[in-house]
Amino acid sequence: MPEITEAEVRHVASLAKLALSEEELARVGRELNRILDYFAELQQLNTSEVPITSHALPLVNVYREDAVGESLSPDEATQNAPDGVDGYFRVPRIVE
Amino acid sequence: MPLQPTIGLEVHAELSTKSKMFCSCANEFGAPPDSHTCPVCLGLPGSLPVPNRQAVESVIRTGLALGCHVAERCRFARKNYFYPDLAKNFQISQYDEPLTHDGHIDLEGEGQPVRIRIRRAHLEEDTGKNIHLSDGHTLVEYNRCGVPLMEVVTEPDFRTAEHVREYLYTLRSILQYLGVSSADMEKGQMRCEPTINWIDPDTGERTPKVEIKNLNSIKSVYEAVKYELARQKRAAAMGEEELVQETRRWDEAKLVTATMRLKETADDYMYFPEPDLAPLAPEPEWIEEIRASLPELPRARAQRLVVDYGLPAYDAGVLTETRDLADYFEAVAAAVPDAKLASNWVMGDVRAWLNQEGGDISTLPLAPTALSELVSLVAAGTINNTTAKDVFAKMIAEGKGAQEIVEAEGLAQISDTGELERLVERAIADNPKIVEDYRGGKRKAIGALVGAVMKATRGQANAGLVNKLLKKKLG
Ligand SMILES: [Zn+2]
Repeated sequence: MPEITEAEVRHVASLAKLALSEEELARVGRELNRILDYFAELQQLNTSEVPITSHALPLVNVYREDAVGESLSPDEATQNAPDGVDGYFRVPRIVE
Repeated sequence: MPLQPTIGLEVHAELSTKSKMFCSCANEFGAPPDSHTCPVCLGLPGSLPVPNRQAVESVIRTGLALGCHVAERCRFARKNYFYPDLAKNFQISQYDEPLTHDGHIDLEGEGQPVRIRIRRAHLEEDTGKNIHLSDGHTLVEYNRCGVPLMEVVTEPDFRTAEHVREYLYTLRSILQYLGVSSADMEKGQMRCEPTINWIDPDTGERTPKVEIKNLNSIKSVYEAVKYELARQKRAAAMGEEELVQETRRWDEAKLVTATMRLKETADDYMYFPEPDLAPLAPEPEWIEEIRASLPELPRARAQRLVVDYGLPAYDAGVLTETRDLADYFEAVAAAVPDAKLASNWVMGDVRAWLNQEGGDISTLPLAPTALSELVSLVAAGTINNTTAKDVFAKMIAEGKGAQEIVEAEGLAQISDTGELERLVERAIADNPKIVEDYRGGKRKAIGALVGAVMKATRGQANAGLVNKLLKKKLG
């Protein structure tokens, strides 16, 4: 099983918007590699006869009909938000 | 061999369902901010999404109309990113298993048909809206968040901006015919993101792919694709500007594209299967039911109008731009003896009125039967075209029938030979100079004499008859 590299840990951390210190990078790298070791163990099993699982539940086609139900009021919708104005959520300006 | 342009399109269309994709909030534009939200579309903990069956049907319907295969089984995926237009921090989309895939749209091209392959048409949810304020804040509202959104992705089969434009007109009218989306780009119901680069067909070498955003009309897409093709070609040839894989933004005022951000790769979105939603496995009977209910599509309808009504291909193309206009035309044509005349009226005066009023055919206060009454009067020679245009305006203004207006105002064309002969003789007597010119070989001079008779009858003389009588008298 190939080891996860420090560069990969940095990339994943940046995608998750995590600022990791050098020690944390090293520790997270070791932990991720330990997780990969478990998968390496699982991969020893012969699964050629087992269909690929795409969902944990044996269910398909769970639908709702296209009907309008009740919504929250703007006040209710924004009541837990740290900041809001006139029914809007307000956040620090996002640069596109 | 010269470099070849390679263009692919992603088109997003909001589906015109009553409710949102995964919750029962209304799918309605223009409501007060955050008045159509609930724990599901706000992504509150513990809420669970349930797919809207109608939205799934709309994507299957579109896929079938585009000749796609419908997946026997497919699933939703989470597309993760950090941007507050989705409260959950991810968008429910489809990734490795789209609902429909591998179809095509045929374009007319420039007399040379072009096939554009459709890679996939899948289902996802729309995002909320951000309003950036100058005071350092952004306002976010989620009425649009969770509205069903269909994404139609082509293979990179386009070679010209003209084909891109024709594809968008074609796709838009197909979606409207199917009734799955209003597909108005100016209203944001249809959005298009082209990806553009150049390829050297000999070496296989390519310039980096550039995606363009912020295109709010089909015209903008056309202009932006033309601009971007030229920019990349220049850069590749001159080497002045380094080409990089990026997302560029179309600047509608300056008519240029400018760097927005480096393009993400699929890795960056950390796609994974959506655990909260069961897979879809559309039953074959359901798919066949949808297939059987597909309406006649614009291209097929245009071909039929040519065959059934003997119309020129141009007329048929214009009349089938929207399903409503084509329905209107067919209703008018059914009741008149001359389909081409009906087409002239619908393409001409009716469309001119719609353009002027900015409405669609449903806003025209003139039933098809009312227009066919008018067209029949023209076809029978009771009124001429000039008079008919006035009657058309009066019908709309006064809500009266064509026959009624013609009778009440005495607008019927004068086809009485006795009266016309008298008028023709007077025109000859009054215009000796013109008569001399005509007899001297200037055959066009007859037009002035016809004009004199028309003037004397306030435009009501049967011009064809006047012409014939004049020629007889003048020898
Ligand atoms: Zn909702």
